[in-house]
Amino acid sequence: MDKLVAQYSRPQHQNELYSEQEQQDLSQTLPPLSLKFSLPPVDNRASFLRAMTDDHSNPSCPIKLAHGTTTLAFRFQGGIIVCTDSRATAGNWIASQTVKKVIPVSRLSRGEDKPSNDPTPGLLGTMAGGAADCQYWLRYLSQQCTLHEIRHKRRITVAAASKILANLTYAYKGYGLSMGTMLCGVTPQEGPALYYIDSDGTRLPGNLFCVGSGQTFAYGVLDSNYRYDLSEEEALALGRRAILAAMHRDAYSGGFINCYHVKEEGWVHHGFDDMNPIFWKTKLDHGEFSNVTSEL
Amino acid sequence: MRGPTIIKAEDDKTRALNNHTLMAFSGEAGDTVQFAEYIQANIQLYTMRNDSELSTPAVGNFIRGELARSLRSRSPYTVNLLLGGVDPATEQPHLYWIDYLASLAPVPYAAHGYAQYYCLSLLDKHHNPNINLEEGMKLLEMCTDELKRRLPIDYKGVLVKVVTKDGVTEVPFDNDKVVRAA
Repeated sequence: MDKLVAQYSRPQHQNELYSEQEQQDLSQTLPPLSLKFSLPPVDNRASFLRAMTDDHSNPSCPIKLAHGTTTLAFRFQGGIIVCTDSRATAGNWIASQTVKKVIPVSRLSRGEDKPSNDPTPGLLGTMAGGAADCQYWLRYLSQQCTLHEIRHKRRITVAAASKILANLTYAYKGYGLSMGTMLCGVTPQEGPALYYIDSDGTRLPGNLFCVGSGQTFAYGVLDSNYRYDLSEEEALALGRRAILAAMHRDAYSGGFINCYHVKEEGWVHHGFDDMNPIFWKTKLDHGEFSNVTSEL
Repeated sequence: MRGPTIIKAEDDKTRALNNHTLMAFSGEAGDTVQFAEYIQANIQLYTMRNDSELSTPAVGNFIRGELARSLRSRSPYTVNLLLGGVDPATEQPHLYWIDYLASLAPVPYAAHGYAQYYCLSLLDKHHNPNINLEEGMKLLEMCTDELKRRLPIDYKGVLVKVVTKDGVTEVPFDNDKVVRAA
């Protein structure tokens, strides 16, 4: 009888899970990190890449990587605000003014196929540094998160997802990856969580991050007005204003202000707005940017 | 600073050019003070010879000329300057941003070096030409707070001087405030 009770008195959720053996089989058949890439046929690939792409020591380098951005994310009482600019540059050339630098890293549906005002569940990643690296590896992360969800029947935590990415960037350290990304999400286990991951292999949890060439300008505005108990409107306005500051002062940032709010039910998009009318409205209505003259 | 050592923490990096004009300088050690005192002496010489004080714009354009001449010489001065002054007659304040390449720009607020990256966005947001001294000092504190928070360099505090129509005065400033990042 005791045996029978023991057999059937396990909580329901435990019955749904895979057995220990099954779980081990699954986790041990994970694909290794070294996905097969074709590499340049030279002896020292790292230094070859550096010679070809590093535009600080070598401004006439043959390959100019897309760099330069301002992205920011911060935690507050109502969740997490994520804001970015939308400019892509390659050297001095503005390659695009309409880049989506916030990338949904979510599960089965990435939210791209259903335009709706409802919150979309899942994580958000931001893109700074090389556009290709960010897009590729955040998509890869998305795949890993989906697999996690299928295997374990629950959504991945932001801590775990960020660790997958950080382990990856660390494994490729010195191979010329260029990315600075922030992962944001709200999970039942963690609450609102925000992590900074970059191509050096750095992984940091925190309340507030700005990443990209315009980071200092955004930090200036954000730091001085940030409080954890900001209301949702205040937080969105502050995020937008900090991005605007960076777009105004940093030559490599500009275009449109892209805003997201991550909350418990998922993320909500809050507009992709041209900076120009916003700049002039801010200047003329609030008397800010007094170094710019509006008279002819 | 000399190599890894701070020689003096409370060095006065300003020179008063006349009763109502103050020049702040940074740049190559040696060049800075040498150039500042050369300018100071020449402005005073002009005043003695002509028995009239130069206005701040006049001083600014004189400095720019000297820097432009120096830039094309065998050993140019590598000095960046901020020139502030109040015209005693019109009571109009003037501020000029001058760099070692002899750019002269009249501006409502200014900074040199890394401070620009952190402070200009703050000043863009919070400055307007009608603020009073107290609000101005609050704004300055926001700037130093941000530098303490984010700049990896410990610059050991600031020296604050205020230029009004009555002259130049040093203002006490709390440099011991501890600021932490969010």
